[in-house]
Amino acid sequence: MEQPVSYTLDSTLETVDHAEEKATRIATELGFGEEEVMQISMAVREGAVNAVLHGNAYAPDKKVVLAFERTSNDLVITIRDQGKGIDLNRISNPLAPENLLKTSGRGIFLMRSFMDAVEIRPSQTGTEVKLIKHVHGPSAGGKEGSQ
Amino acid sequence: MSMKLSTRQVDGVTIVDCSGRITLGEGSITLRDTVRDLLAKGNKKIVLNLGEVNYIDSSGIGELVSAFTTTKNQGGELKLLNLTKKVHDLLQITKLYTVFDVKDDEAAAVKAFK
Repeated sequence: MEQPVSYTLDSTLETVDHAEEKATRIATELGFGEEEVMQISMAVREGAVNAVLHGNAYAPDKKVVLAFERTSNDLVITIRDQGKGIDLNRISNPLAPENLLKTSGRGIFLMRSFMDAVEIRPSQTGTEVKLIKHVHGPSAGGKEGSQ
Repeated sequence: MSMKLSTRQVDGVTIVDCSGRITLGEGSITLRDTVRDLLAKGNKKIVLNLGEVNYIDSSGIGELVSAFTTTKNQGGELKLLNLTKKVHDLLQITKLYTVFDVKDDEAAAVKAFK
C-alpha cells in the first residue's frame, strides 16, 4: 500500500466484517507478523463495531469512513462515523472489579491493548478514531520517508 | 467461518462443542440462544468446549460473560474447556481468565461439577 486508501461503508454488520478483512489484507501486505496482523484486524473490527452500532446506530443514511495510511513509521488507520459523538467521560475501565462481569464495554480497551496508540476525537457530527501501529524494520515497510 | 454449535451429554453434564467465530451478530446470538435453551430445559451443568473457536471479539467475550452469569443466576454452573491461544490471551488481558472456571481436559471438567 504505497498510497493512502479510503473506503466509505454502510452502517451494517457486513461493514464490520469487511473492515476487518481489509485491515487483515493491508497489514499482511505491509509485512506485519501474524500476531500483529491479528491485533490490527481486531482493533479495526472493534472500531468498526463502535462506529456502526454506537456511532451511526445502523442508520441507513449514515456512513462509516475507513482509511489506511502508511507513514514513514506507522500504519495509521482512521475510522470515522456520523453519530452524535462518544462521551469520553462515560468510558469505564473494564478491568475494574465492578465492571468485570459486564457484557459490554471492552472495545476501546482492546483497541488500546492491541495498538501502539489510539486517538479518539468525538464531535457532535461524529467520532473519529485513529489506530496507530508502529512499523518495525525494513521488511514491514514501503518507501522509507514516504508521505 | 460462522459459528457452529453442537451439544452432547456426558455423565449429566452438557458439553457444547463450539467452532468458528464468536463475534457480534450471528455467532453471539447462536451461543446465547443455545445456553438459554439448555437452561430452560433444566440442563444446568454446562461446559463450553472452545477448542475449535479460532476468533472472538469483544461481543463474543461479552456473550461468554453473559452465559456464565445467566447460568450462575439460575443455580447452574458453566465451565470453559480447551481454550485456543487467542481466546486464552484475550481472557487474560481482560482479566476474565480467573473469573471463569477454565479446564483443558474434558473428563476433568465433567468431574469438577459438584
